[in-house]
Amino acid sequence: MSVSDLSAPPAGSPGSRVREVHDSFHGDLLEVSMGPHHPSTHGVFRMIVTLDGETIVKLKPVFGYLHRNHEKLGENVTYLGSMPYTDRLDYLSSMTNNWAYALAVEKLAGQAVPERAEYVRVILAELTRLLNHTCLAGFLMQDCGCSGTPLMYAFREREYILDLFESLSGSRMMCNYQRFGGCRVDPSADWLAGAQKLTDRYGVFLDEFETLLTGNEIIMARTQGVGKLPPALAIGAGVTGPMLRASGVNYDLRKVDAYGVYPRFDFRVPLGDHGDVYDRYMIRVLEMRESIKILQQALAGLPGGPIMDPKAKLRSFRPKAGEAYGRIEGPKGEIGFYLLSDGSPNPYRYRIRPPSFINLTILEDMCLGHTVADAVIILGSVDIVLGEVDR
Amino acid sequence: MSALSLVLGRSLLAGDFPAGEFATHRLQAGSSLVASADSFLERLPLVARDVFTSWLPEPWRWLVNSLISIAVILSVFGLLFAYVTLAERKILGRIQNRPGPNRTPIPFINLRFFGLAQPFADGVKALTKEDVVPRGADHLLHFLAPVVLLAFSILTFAVIPYGRHLVPVDLNAGVLYFFAAGAATELAVFMAGWASRNKYSLLAAMRALAQLISYELPLLLAWVPVVLVAGSLSTTEIVAAQAGWKFNLIPHWHVFTPWGAAGFVIFMIAALAESNRSPFDLPEAESELIAGHLTEYSGFKYALFFMAEYFGMIALSGMAITLFLGGWHAPSPYLEFIPSYVWFGGKLVVLLLGFIWIRATFPRLRMDQLTRFAWKFLVPLALINLANAAFWSLSFPWAGPLQLLRWLISALLVVGPFVLLGRQLSAGVAPRVYRYAAS
Repeated sequence: MSVSDLSAPPAGSPGSRVREVHDSFHGDLLEVSMGPHHPSTHGVFRMIVTLDGETIVKLKPVFGYLHRNHEKLGENVTYLGSMPYTDRLDYLSSMTNNWAYALAVEKLAGQAVPERAEYVRVILAELTRLLNHTCLAGFLMQDCGCSGTPLMYAFREREYILDLFESLSGSRMMCNYQRFGGCRVDPSADWLAGAQKLTDRYGVFLDEFETLLTGNEIIMARTQGVGKLPPALAIGAGVTGPMLRASGVNYDLRKVDAYGVYPRFDFRVPLGDHGDVYDRYMIRVLEMRESIKILQQALAGLPGGPIMDPKAKLRSFRPKAGEAYGRIEGPKGEIGFYLLSDGSPNPYRYRIRPPSFINLTILEDMCLGHTVADAVIILGSVDIVLGEVDR
Repeated sequence: MSALSLVLGRSLLAGDFPAGEFATHRLQAGSSLVASADSFLERLPLVARDVFTSWLPEPWRWLVNSLISIAVILSVFGLLFAYVTLAERKILGRIQNRPGPNRTPIPFINLRFFGLAQPFADGVKALTKEDVVPRGADHLLHFLAPVVLLAFSILTFAVIPYGRHLVPVDLNAGVLYFFAAGAATELAVFMAGWASRNKYSLLAAMRALAQLISYELPLLLAWVPVVLVAGSLSTTEIVAAQAGWKFNLIPHWHVFTPWGAAGFVIFMIAALAESNRSPFDLPEAESELIAGHLTEYSGFKYALFFMAEYFGMIALSGMAITLFLGGWHAPSPYLEFIPSYVWFGGKLVVLLLGFIWIRATFPRLRMDQLTRFAWKFLVPLALINLANAAFWSLSFPWAGPLQLLRWLISALLVVGPFVLLGRQLSAGVAPRVYRYAAS
């Protein structure tokens, strides 16, 4: 159980104050393997933590239990054939995965997208953001030790969004909805009315959720000052999404890349000052409020016209040789697809930039010096989906 | 004084008195009320018992009486345990937008009745499950832990006065006995964690010990003022001291005094921690330590742990009622026609629902926050409360406008320290204001 050679923690990390003495008074260190079947590792993730009492002195993340050759599969099926596989990456937000992949292929093939489809994509992406952030807040509170109440509230709202996805695409979670040059089906007036209704009442749910949790003294005591991520480390590690913005870095691809029709909408980017778990939770709640604003504008301004570019080629789709990288601001961060074409029906190389995998790499730096209980909520605040981490 | 002689003690349910004499037994303190409220319903449990035992010869009668009271306690609280688990699951379910267990039919007649048969289905499941013991475990301690835990939880039921004539053992140091037996339960949690030879269980055992040491103190300090004011360690006399009403309206319960209200709140918080309930369920924190000390338990041993946890919760609620909520006394003189044991049961159910409500609402504390909360907040508050109670009993003869001053000083002694200590406790923790990017 004892660990004799501890590597020094990274300079400047909270763990640099961890002791390195091994006398009889302090006793041995305890190595615990948390996972892969631990209740709060969000799937088959494993952390090998070395504990001094309850304080973490070393943490080794182990992943790969859900590895399924996703990228190699992508090289052996047609471009369109990969679309349903992208659903399985981050299975909470299949709509944004679809969009990022479609964007990469459209760049590769020089395919135009009709305006109506761009609006529908924005609506679906923001609904996905609401869904993902709501689930994350629920799971995070579950990790903090709430006996399921916030999680159940979050899942109730999630079901409403999933109902919308199901009536549009035929599947709750594996939507497979975007196509190269548009979207698969046109949303009906009924569907749009349903989306409008959900958008109108989502703020009420957020108020209820925040009343229960945000001002709660125990939540604040548990999450404030825990798992601090300095901006320099976040940028150096390539962290993106709400985690980066919680550390105070103004980087949102919707503003930076201004892809799709996002420049037409008026929304703000919330930034945190502390980079701790509480900031990461609050940034997501504030982002949900901004998403509601985007949804209101997109639903109001939805133009008519075709949902699919009439010139788009679905059968025998062979983009000419070249490469393209398409990225969007997914709920978890920058989700990107890199494609290398040699003119055949399959991509020569198919590469994914998974946000939750890259955000997870700095887990040890955030956890050192904190307790086991903190490690669980820090992991929860990173917002990982193992389907995307392991691919 | 062995546990056996305690349970079978002479004064069990007034069993050593001839039938008919029990009505005046031990009620000297509240004697003004005896005549008015001693209805047939009030005596019903004793009458029912005497039907069975009055024909026995004298040396045997007290033994059978004792056995009957043990059987009644075990069956009543066993059934209460079963239905508190069901109520907890259903109420938790309703709070969380789900129905809770509602599918278990009553056998043979196939009626669901809101899942009322669920506890028995759970019991059958627990009994028929394989009992797995890890190879590396300390087999003896692993087996003993749930047994010891349950035994000590049951022992605490002996001294609680459930009704006017229903106190199983009227010890003159009943409160002391109750908390001595109750404190032993955390030791069993430590035994379970240590004997399982599982790292999660070991961490849970460490947490359980830290929690025991931290929260035993505020728990004890919370009831010392009651003993100070009531002038007795006997549970019946503490209940008797709370008899009567001011202006026939406000009961003389301890909770309706400033020091009593503070003591009640401190007691209930410490009771939450003692019975390992959320938000103090650190030893079995499921999101961190899988199931803590229960990780390596299965089958009926696991069920025994649950039974002991709920027994502990029920016993501590019963003691809180006895110490602060007037025991079995009715809240109003016009409601005295309802038997005393019904009042006790009603108050018990309300407190248990409070436990369930708290569990559904609060997240869990961290270990260092838990101990800090105990040592830096509850213990000083309880000590000041002790001084407050001393002042209250010294100023007993104050009359007229001085009485108002007495209330004012006592209330200040509660609110002042609460505000000051609370400010120090939550320093550095505050809601935040967020900024938005410029563009």
